Amino acid sequence: MIYDVKNETLPREELEALQLRRLQALCERVYANVPFYKKKFDEKGVKPQDIKTLKDVRLLPFTVKQDLRDQYPFGLFAVPKDQIVRLHSSSGTTGTATVVGYTKRDIENWGKLVARCLMAAGASASDTVHNAYGYGLFTGGLGAHYGAETLGATVVPMSGGSTRRQVTLLKDFAPDVICCTPSYALFLAETGLEMGIDIRELPLRIGIFGAEPWTNEMRVEIEKKLGITAIDIYGLSEVMGPGVAIECAAAQDGLHIQEDHFLAETINPVTGEPVEPGEEGELVFTTLTKEGIPLIRYRTRDLTVLNTTPCKCGRTTARMKRVTGRSDDMLIIRGVNVFPSQIESILIETEGLTPHYQLIVERQGNLDTLEVRVEVNEALFSDEIKSLQRVESKVMKNIKEFLGVTAKVKLVEPKSIERSLGKAKRIIDNRNKG
Amino acid sequence: MKVDQLSIFLENRAGRLAEVTQILSEAGVNIRALSLADTSDFGILRLIVSDFEKAKDKLKAAGFTVGRTSVVAVEVNDQPGGLHNILGMLQEAGINVEYMYAFVQQSGNSAVLIFRFDRTDQGIELLRKNNITIIPGDKLYTM
Repeated sequence: MIYDVKNETLPREELEALQLRRLQALCERVYANVPFYKKKFDEKGVKPQDIKTLKDVRLLPFTVKQDLRDQYPFGLFAVPKDQIVRLHSSSGTTGTATVVGYTKRDIENWGKLVARCLMAAGASASDTVHNAYGYGLFTGGLGAHYGAETLGATVVPMSGGSTRRQVTLLKDFAPDVICCTPSYALFLAETGLEMGIDIRELPLRIGIFGAEPWTNEMRVEIEKKLGITAIDIYGLSEVMGPGVAIECAAAQDGLHIQEDHFLAETINPVTGEPVEPGEEGELVFTTLTKEGIPLIRYRTRDLTVLNTTPCKCGRTTARMKRVTGRSDDMLIIRGVNVFPSQIESILIETEGLTPHYQLIVERQGNLDTLEVRVEVNEALFSDEIKSLQRVESKVMKNIKEFLGVTAKVKLVEPKSIERSLGKAKRIIDNRNKG
Repeated sequence: MKVDQLSIFLENRAGRLAEVTQILSEAGVNIRALSLADTSDFGILRLIVSDFEKAKDKLKAAGFTVGRTSVVAVEVNDQPGGLHNILGMLQEAGINVEYMYAFVQQSGNSAVLIFRFDRTDQGIELLRKNNITIIPGDKLYTM
């Protein structure tokens, strides 16, 4: 089912014509209203009227996260403060916080875009949505909430935390859809079993998961343990929040970017030049309709491949490949590039291991060391040391073989790796401390 | 003839073993025999307890990974050569001992050996044929 048939199935030429009109208007708007962009445009010697085709977007300057920090709190807003109806902010754990502001129309658009996502995932107005994304400054909770209400579904505004209560309400309210992070979904399944509630036996049929990178292997695990269809949603607060792109249940093959609202490019993260179609590059978004804080060529640091071939669901929008790595999450260990998602795939493929893991990087002398901590469970546990050591060495061998890096593998007790309510803390990098 | 042994995965960190004993103590479960095998990172605690199911449930509820293994308990005279005699017949029959541990009974006349064989049933058969006293689980749990 498609929520906005007209806009989600526009023929590509019409879609691109719409994008161009919106891009031209956007350039006029930010040039006139945001001193930061006027300065940036002038430095590059580009004027709004230079944008004659969609490809001309490449003439425009990039925006990076640091720009939002430098302009903290409201420097990038394009409308007077009295038109802003809501603020959201990032946690600021990796630097100064960033702030985004929404006009009334932005909030309405966001609701509609998330409603599209819910329907693409297979939900309908008659469903109940259990929303376990955190409510508050984080965009996840309210983003999913407004989307579900716009769709006309019943929302359970659960927010994060109180895991046992969540499981009880999953049983008592019998929602059809759950929204949370993928790692939290697995935590809910485990907690359910401890309480004697098997989530597979509940009516729940769809999970919409985002806010942290996950792999296809993890999807298989979630679908098996919760008995649901697991759908990937993508978004980032700087661009809007959840709902920038969504996987359709029909194909589960890439995430449809809501291109009538967001212009997507993929670039080489080092040179900034566009990559060839079908090649992996850093995803860059220009927000075509946002009023509060429109962004020009915002560099997401997420790596993906764009695909404009028609999808069997009927949507004509480009699909982005599941994001499994960020250009800044990449670990370089003794010169080898390692993404946490690659380690995750190896762990899940090893029988009996859970996707609960943590990577610890240290520097001993001049040598970087990687330790992979992974939890044991009963399927793997044995009363003989040698069989546990066999598992450790098998994982070690696979990491060496597939990634070309030597890692120490350490089995740890179940639940000893901290489960975060928001994003799982996968990496502890102690190299640049002290 | 087999005895249920409870095995528990333990990380090598201070106080972890004490947490196990505290849980068992609070549950009123008595430890009959134990052995601890360890590497630099983790250990496996093997226990014979007075109430297997209760111990298992309580430990699982506390988040431990636990397992069940069938082992064989044998009574031998507490005198030189008691163990050697048994190992000799196992070797002849080609039955491997994965691990074993022993304790001396309070009365002091005999020792109890706990064996984990690679082929448990063949091991039991061999011991019986040679008239070695095998202690059944029920008796060991309440000894």
